[in-house]
Amino acid sequence: MPELVIDRDVVIEAPAEVVWRTITEPDQMSQWFADRVELVVEPGAHGYLQFGDQGGPVVVETVDPPVRFSFRWNHPRGQEPVTGNSMLVEFTLTPLGEERTRLRVVESGHELRDWPEAEKERYAAEHRDGWVEYLARLANVLAESHPG
Amino acid sequence: MTAQADDELWSAVADPSRRRVLDLLINNGEVSASWLGRQVPFSRQAVSKHLVVLEETGLISRRKQGREVLYQVEADRLDQATRAMADLAAQWDRRLAAIKRLAEAAHAADKRRKQHHDQSSDRNA
Repeated sequence: MPELVIDRDVVIEAPAEVVWRTITEPDQMSQWFADRVELVVEPGAHGYLQFGDQGGPVVVETVDPPVRFSFRWNHPRGQEPVTGNSMLVEFTLTPLGEERTRLRVVESGHELRDWPEAEKERYAAEHRDGWVEYLARLANVLAESHPG
Repeated sequence: MTAQADDELWSAVADPSRRRVLDLLINNGEVSASWLGRQVPFSRQAVSKHLVVLEETGLISRRKQGREVLYQVEADRLDQATRAMADLAAQWDRRLAAIKRLAEAAHAADKRRKQHHDQSSDRNA
């Protein structure tokens, strides 16, 4: 089912194996992601991400080196992450030669998060999925024209 | 909700011609249904139906001016949602840029180590 999705990619001048290490090794993850990363990169493994004085659980889904790595996060503490209470982050690595890799990240599960209550109800009640997909498309266009 | 109902809902709102109408409103400000009708290759009745659906989602609103009804995008509603998403997209761009820096530095270090190793091997040969 279509949903609100962030879809970004970058071309890296390094082999997929090196990019894989960067995105999956906890000491590397703590340099681009959270301040502190407690995680074993195995399917189903539960870990913890610390951002400043805040933090939250993370659960690994797919580990398919050096092609696919995915995890769920932002779910309520003490709950198992599933579709609807968490965001799914999926990394895909595509070799573009021996020393070049395209890294794509897709984050899904935003559809009803971080929006005012009235908006949520309205979207839940109405023709939600088509429009959030449309808004996501606009947002990606917006981000391309105004890089953060 | 059943899978079939989901599909029906999706096909109702994923309609490309409805998106065309919304794009026209985004790009042209306040316009009438008849003006919209002249810009698109489908019937006036179809335009009216699309406008009703769009208005129900809250993404557009209407206003009467004389004998005409004018439609416009609800910028706040659109902005609010797109801004939140744009911020998140920009955050991922920053993370990807950091991954790129780290991976390229690691790759350069690997190559230096390999070169050094090869040179040592040459000397030993």
